[in-house]
Amino acid sequence: MSEPLIRLRGITKTFGEGATAFQALKGIDLDVDKGDFIAVMGASGSGKSTMMNIVGCLDVATSGSFTFKGVEVGTLERDQRALLRRRYLGFVFQGFNLLSRTTALENVELPLIYRGDDAKARRSTAMGALERVGLADWSDHTPSELSGGQQQRVAIARAIVTQPQVLLADEPTGNLDSERSLEIMALMRGLNQDSGITIMMVTHEPDMAAFASTIIHFKDGLVERVEQNRPIPFRGGVGVGHVQNSGVLTAPTPGPSPEGEG
Amino acid sequence: MLGTTIILAFREIRRHVLRSFLTTLGIIIGVAAVVTMVTLGNGATAAISSQISSLGSNLLTIRPGQGYGRGGGGPSPPPFDEADTEAIRKQVAGVLSVAAQSSTSAIAIFEAQNWTTTVTGTTNDYFAASHLQLSAGRIFNEVELGAGKSVCVIGSTVQTNLFKEGDPLAKTFRLKDISCQVIGVLETRGAAGFGPDQDDQVVMPIKTVMRRLTGNRDVRAFQVAVDPAYDTKAVSAAITALLRERRKIASGDDDDFNIFDSKQLSDTLSGTTKTLTALLGAVAAVSLIVGGIGIMNIMLVSVTERTREIGIRLAVGAVQREVLMQFLVEAAALSCLGGVIGLLLALVATFALSPLMGIPFGFDVQINLLAFLFSAAIGIVFGYFPARRAASLNPIDALRHE
Repeated sequence: MSEPLIRLRGITKTFGEGATAFQALKGIDLDVDKGDFIAVMGASGSGKSTMMNIVGCLDVATSGSFTFKGVEVGTLERDQRALLRRRYLGFVFQGFNLLSRTTALENVELPLIYRGDDAKARRSTAMGALERVGLADWSDHTPSELSGGQQQRVAIARAIVTQPQVLLADEPTGNLDSERSLEIMALMRGLNQDSGITIMMVTHEPDMAAFASTIIHFKDGLVERVEQNRPIPFRGGVGVGHVQNSGVLTAPTPGPSPEGEG
Repeated sequence: MLGTTIILAFREIRRHVLRSFLTTLGIIIGVAAVVTMVTLGNGATAAISSQISSLGSNLLTIRPGQGYGRGGGGPSPPPFDEADTEAIRKQVAGVLSVAAQSSTSAIAIFEAQNWTTTVTGTTNDYFAASHLQLSAGRIFNEVELGAGKSVCVIGSTVQTNLFKEGDPLAKTFRLKDISCQVIGVLETRGAAGFGPDQDDQVVMPIKTVMRRLTGNRDVRAFQVAVDPAYDTKAVSAAITALLRERRKIASGDDDDFNIFDSKQLSDTLSGTTKTLTALLGAVAAVSLIVGGIGIMNIMLVSVTERTREIGIRLAVGAVQREVLMQFLVEAAALSCLGGVIGLLLALVATFALSPLMGIPFGFDVQINLLAFLFSAAIGIVFGYFPARRAASLNPIDALRHE
């Protein structure tokens, strides 16, 4: 078996020092292969977001080994981790984190600016990403002029505009109503299946986790169990309850999803 | 890379107009206040110095009476006489010339115009000692002085009021009971600020004034020009001793005359204006600091928003250096813009205020540069260092900054 895209071994993370220290992660072992769609679930404070931030190179582990494409991330410099984010990773946050007073297009262009694309290429690539999320007509609107669902789609466009290998989403539907949430999930699954982007998503909504091929349950800073899931076909209705609670690591069953985003 | 950074910085400035304006405002006010105050202070100093030097340097004016402004009580002290003039001229070392003055006020009448003015009876030494130049005509000749002829040199105020636009030279006008021919016109001096208005006077030979106008031989004042090689204080002391002796003042009694030393006054006044300029500078420095605190406040207030912005930029793959460069360019651009606006504002203010305050317009490169650099430095430091702190956070901490 070839090297997994992401490999965590014995990852711990401690916040604070001395008596007030809090160990958010107590030793995480996890492999993520290219093309996986992983949902991470767990109660608040179970460490799922902390793990995501470490995988996303936004934060560093206290101990343990994290390799990305075989490279040990823990030994990299700040700026090398930044370059890793620039080239391979895309982020979607619960709070969107778009630049205020900045148009959707300019927000999406931001990663391309740091990648060094010239203005013309930047514009067309960013427009392409906005089209992909269905917001081509909204490119000159600022976040305050967009709905929550639209803002999150802009954030997704920004995350995928560099064609990253991994899309990390921390409760991407946490601030959205269920209809918008389902749109976002459909969009993400489309990205996973059509563009082959590996997705790692933190959520505490089973409805959203149901879109993933693998569900990882966190509890008290440890992986409680890993569950293979047959992703639900999406169209209309509310698809729930297709979670196969096998508990056995089997090859992910490709979902029969005929179409991408809605 | 740098070009992109500059574009990013200017985009942020444009997007946050109010924040940018407030940042700039602090610098504008600081720079404008300092430069205006110091420039006006320097202008006032220059104006005062030039007024004093126009009185004539190394000039002693001696009048009967004690000090400036007479007190109420006691008989008015006796005037000087011509013997005193000779005594000062001959017995005191370092005296170049002594111009005795006898003065009175009189109504001058020419055709339908009349004008009340001061008549100064004196010698040609007066023009030299007081640095009075003629704009037309000539000063007295020996015959006119010796014989007490009825000729005069008039000030420009008198010229305007009596003769309007006409040429006064060789005209004869009536002064009190005598008729008087104009032989010269004094150059306009402007309000001297000290002493009598020298534009509003009629200068005549002292003999003429004594015989035909005052009817006595009193000398009301001396103007003593001192050799620049001598110290005016020493000359002044020698004159004091001489006059005390001649006026028989017992040792222990106060002088019944006073000596006005223009050089001493000039030194005192320029010292005072320097102190005032320093004071104004201090007030201005306070406003610069207040402006600096304004900049600091707005920078620190926006740091939360900006920390999140930095977090976003880091998350999408910016390296620390790129983020910092953008903030540095932003801070530098705002500070320099504010500085330049402040300097322009100060230029306009000093240009507009100088004529109102009657002082020369001046541009002091040093203070402009100092104010500009100081406020720009404040802007850059307080724009850059909070950003540097934010950019050294883990991206996730910057994103979550509350």
